Amino acid sequence: MLEDLFKVVTTRFNGSEKTETKSAAENNSIPDDLLFKCPRCRNVVFEDEIKAMNMVCPACNYHARLTAQERLKITVDKDSFREIDADMKSKNPIDFPGYEEKQQQLRESTGLNDAVITGEAKIRNIPVVIGIMDSRFMMASMGSVVGEKLTRAFEHATKNKMPVILFTASGGARMQEGIISLMQMAKTSGAVSRHDDAGQLYITVLTDPTTGGVTASFASLGDIIIAEPKALVGFAGRRVIEGTIKQRLPDDFQLAEFLLEKGFIDMIVERRKMRSVLSHIMKLHGYLPEMEGH
Amino acid sequence: MNTKTPWERQEILRDKNRPTINDYIPLIFDRFYEMHGDRYYGDDAAILGGVTSLDGIPVTVIAEVKGRNLNENKKTNFAMPHPEGYRKALRLAKQAEKFHRPVICFIDTPGAFCGVEAEERGQGEAIAKNIMEFMRLRTPVTSVVLGEGGSGGALALGVCDRLAMLENALYSVISPRGCASILWKDAGREKEACEILRITAEDMLKMGVAEAIIEEPNGSAHYDLDKIAENIKEFLSDTIRENLQKDIDILLEARYTKFRKIGEYIE
Repeated sequence: MLEDLFKVVTTRFNGSEKTETKSAAENNSIPDDLLFKCPRCRNVVFEDEIKAMNMVCPACNYHARLTAQERLKITVDKDSFREIDADMKSKNPIDFPGYEEKQQQLRESTGLNDAVITGEAKIRNIPVVIGIMDSRFMMASMGSVVGEKLTRAFEHATKNKMPVILFTASGGARMQEGIISLMQMAKTSGAVSRHDDAGQLYITVLTDPTTGGVTASFASLGDIIIAEPKALVGFAGRRVIEGTIKQRLPDDFQLAEFLLEKGFIDMIVERRKMRSVLSHIMKLHGYLPEMEGH
Repeated sequence: MNTKTPWERQEILRDKNRPTINDYIPLIFDRFYEMHGDRYYGDDAAILGGVTSLDGIPVTVIAEVKGRNLNENKKTNFAMPHPEGYRKALRLAKQAEKFHRPVICFIDTPGAFCGVEAEERGQGEAIAKNIMEFMRLRTPVTSVVLGEGGSGGALALGVCDRLAMLENALYSVISPRGCASILWKDAGREKEACEILRITAEDMLKMGVAEAIIEEPNGSAHYDLDKIAENIKEFLSDTIRENLQKDIDILLEARYTKFRKIGEYIE
């Protein structure tokens, strides 16, 4: 009831016919997979429409999740990505029930081998080592493969004096790999420290959602930490905290804007400006564009 | 040879008579000077830090503090540190590095505290920073898991050259209770989760996470405090003497490699 009232206000506020069609569309039984409901403002948009806007909510500017391929496409120069370790797959180190089946099923449905892709690419002709996490694969939790691929990415960048840009998203450490997943926090952070010692630039872009063991390791260690608007970023899960304090948390708790206010990120950057900001920051740190044709 | 199941060990750790760091300190170290505060925000009683000596060798001690009763636990927040606790730990570790003192960490925590203020003050950043800085800390670091090694809250004091587990200690990425509630949507099945997560001292040795197991006399630390303290002291004393003789760059390379190797994948 109350939600309906707000919908009217939103519609008036936007003054666009599109929104009205959407409300109508919601009432008519259109299949759910054709519609995108914004988890932040609950505005409903056609899936096709929000995809055309690179998954940014037109009502509240929430930057929704992208697949690694979608992210790659809007971030790096066309045809510049050379993937490393594409075939790496996890074993089942502690014989966790159902883990192999779960992985197999996700490999088929997502086309990914695990939750991160890494490689060399160029952004506005500046060579960079890039890693992109994909939350469709077990909530992009960090197990052996994520840990090893990111560690190698940092080692590669250290050796070749290159900057690293990571787009993080994760539910945390992957419990299906037991203590081995926890140790990936140490392994990746160790590789970050060597890249840091070598004087190279590391930029983290925190995307929705970045939590748990990933927040408590490499995601928080960038020289420059950027977040996308309204991305959820935190250590503990919201429900865990609500369970501890026995009250509901404010809606903006752990969002990028909250982190900016508390002093834990440098800036919030919109998707449409990301390439420009990243390439400019790299230039300011002495990483120059290669000439065309190289 | 410890034949107890992981669940039986979990019960031992929950026994209110299980010794805590406050029991061990006077038996292992000489006069102890506690050092307070992170210099930014406050002093977190969940983490105890100080300077002392072990067999005459100056050392810095950093420890998670469980209470033995409700009052003590109120003070130490049941050994669940806030960011300022981890920042105090890092401050003292850097101080130890400056004066070429070995660092000894005692891990005994259900995990880092999950709360509003912990988030506001950057729990994730505090743990991340500790993990990274301990990896390159230019002085020997030795850690001992006394009881529960709970996830990132434990790892923040667990990046070290050598890690020992007390015989019944457990080290896990997630509490068995948390695992059960995610996996089966039923926290009550924590006993089952405990059995599948591979969290015992022997598991840690097998997976390259720990290098030593410290024997608990008669099967549990609380039966003979003097003896278990003696066992811990012996392990620390041997390890520190050995690591102090090594070139620090070789020690750091080995520390990096120890964690670098951990992971199971196919290419």
